[in-house]
Amino acid sequence: MCGIAGLIHRGKSSNVGSELQGMLQALKHRGEDSTGYALYGDTDGKNFIMRFKVGENVGEGSSSVMEDVSVYDERKKIVDQTLAEMGAKIVKEERTLPYSLRYEIDFETKDLLDFSQRIESIPGVEILSMGKSLEVIKDLGNAKMVCDRYSLDKLVGTHAIGHARMATESGVDIKSAHPFWGYPFSDVSVVHNGQLTNYWNNRRVLENKGMRFMSECDSELIAVYIAQKMREGASLEEGMKDSLSGLDGVFTYFVATKDSLGMAKDTMAAKPLVLYESDDLVAMGSEEIAIRSVLPHEIDTYDPFDGEVKVWQI
Amino acid sequence: MANIKTIDKKSKAQSMGMHTEVLTGRTQQKFFNPDEAENFYYFGTYDVDFNKRTDLDVMNMSAPEANKEIDNLMSQGYGTIVIKNPQGKHSLGVGILNKLNLIFEGSLGYFGMGSCDGPIVRINGRVGWSCAENLMAGKVVIEKNAGSCFGAAIRGGDLICKGSVGARTGIDMKGGTIIIGGDAGAFTGFMMQRGRIIILGDVGINLGDSMYDGTIFVGGEIGSYGSDAVDAELTSSDQNWLRRKLKVAEIGDDFDVSKMKKIVAGKKLWNYDNLEPTEKKGAI
Repeated sequence: MCGIAGLIHRGKSSNVGSELQGMLQALKHRGEDSTGYALYGDTDGKNFIMRFKVGENVGEGSSSVMEDVSVYDERKKIVDQTLAEMGAKIVKEERTLPYSLRYEIDFETKDLLDFSQRIESIPGVEILSMGKSLEVIKDLGNAKMVCDRYSLDKLVGTHAIGHARMATESGVDIKSAHPFWGYPFSDVSVVHNGQLTNYWNNRRVLENKGMRFMSECDSELIAVYIAQKMREGASLEEGMKDSLSGLDGVFTYFVATKDSLGMAKDTMAAKPLVLYESDDLVAMGSEEIAIRSVLPHEIDTYDPFDGEVKVWQI
Repeated sequence: MANIKTIDKKSKAQSMGMHTEVLTGRTQQKFFNPDEAENFYYFGTYDVDFNKRTDLDVMNMSAPEANKEIDNLMSQGYGTIVIKNPQGKHSLGVGILNKLNLIFEGSLGYFGMGSCDGPIVRINGRVGWSCAENLMAGKVVIEKNAGSCFGAAIRGGDLICKGSVGARTGIDMKGGTIIIGGDAGAFTGFMMQRGRIIILGDVGINLGDSMYDGTIFVGGEIGSYGSDAVDAELTSSDQNWLRRKLKVAEIGDDFDVSKMKKIVAGKKLWNYDNLEPTEKKGAI
């Protein structure tokens, strides 16, 4: 089933970590195999923030293979070495969990493709997000468990999207969890509720164009599809509109960039979405109860129609 | 038609086109027996007084707790119940088989007012997917917007949304009337089998797709017609009915019904004449 939620504050910042936690926790009945956050925090914009993992959560319910923790340390060393070889300086390093790390990196580049390919050529290493504002945090469990594990409730920023996952077509692991980073674009993330039926056809085409897939989760296709359209010169909104015909199946998805948040709904309108929009806040989710967690007073909400695409700026 | 207030049960049934005799040949009709009238009353319904009014704050209740409390209040004779702080919760107000004035001060989530038979409901907010699914009788009015599958499989009653509704409105409906003050999404009237849908605004693609029977009236633009949906002539009788219905629904007072489009099924299905329980009740 899965649930998605997102919000964007316009003209101000807020505690988006805590707000998104409340929204996703309200949707936990739609799935709590894993929960993911894409948070756009207030930063000075100088350094890249790289969230990456060097292993999987092998806790209860996980479909991942158990590895010795020493393997994680070994992979981290190779990552550090590779960054140094590329001239990237680690300004700040946090290791929240043995397999999950956050680096602030002083690195000048406009093309993250080569950078990402080199980091991810290290076996067992996956970049969860790369950007100057975006941080993707995803792990097994419901929204509160993940929020507590990574101390996300204090994060202040302008917008965020998230996903509560009921695993269906791929495993219960972090690599299949949403949000997906719009590799190799800085600060692009995607969450999706639905099912794509032309996944493999599209994947083959995109892989031939040099794009990478880290999982077999059909939702990852959306992130890669939009990213490829943007590589070809399309705007975010143009890429999303193109996806309505390029992607087959049923879907409602959100895409976020450094300064915008968008939603798209398939032409069958088969997946739910409730939307609240005011001058200073847009909040949306699979169910109204998600929005109610941040706006408990009476508000006007609506369902976007079939084939609708909307994009908002901060 | 005979005056059904003064004639006996059997004649009432027959005057409404129901049969007591067994027809020969291939048929799937179910036959009405007026001697079984008592079977059409629901077990567990209550005598309520509409003037006996109370509030119920469901802020800290789960949906089952809230629904149980509504039932409890009806058992105490309350005929008007105002629900405070529904907060978009799912499945509120389901399975009410009583006459009741029910008012929600706020929005509902999914499956609100499902499987009801008889209550008069006003929702001063929005409703999520599948509002009033399987409604048998009564009236449900939504003051704001509604999600998809609005009025799915309803068999009777009036379901009114003053705002816009999502996709598949009236899917599989088997009777009753759905009235939309704003726009409606794709696949409106999908597989509808009876009843009427009135949309004052625009409607999305595949209108009336695979409809068997029933009628759809549209005031605005139509995205596209679905399979089996065709235009029909809007008669003066249709217009009179539309005016009356919109007036009762307190919606579209100044709306020019003469410009509405009428859409019906373009095919004829045989052996599709089963009597619905609501019609049976009406004959009693």
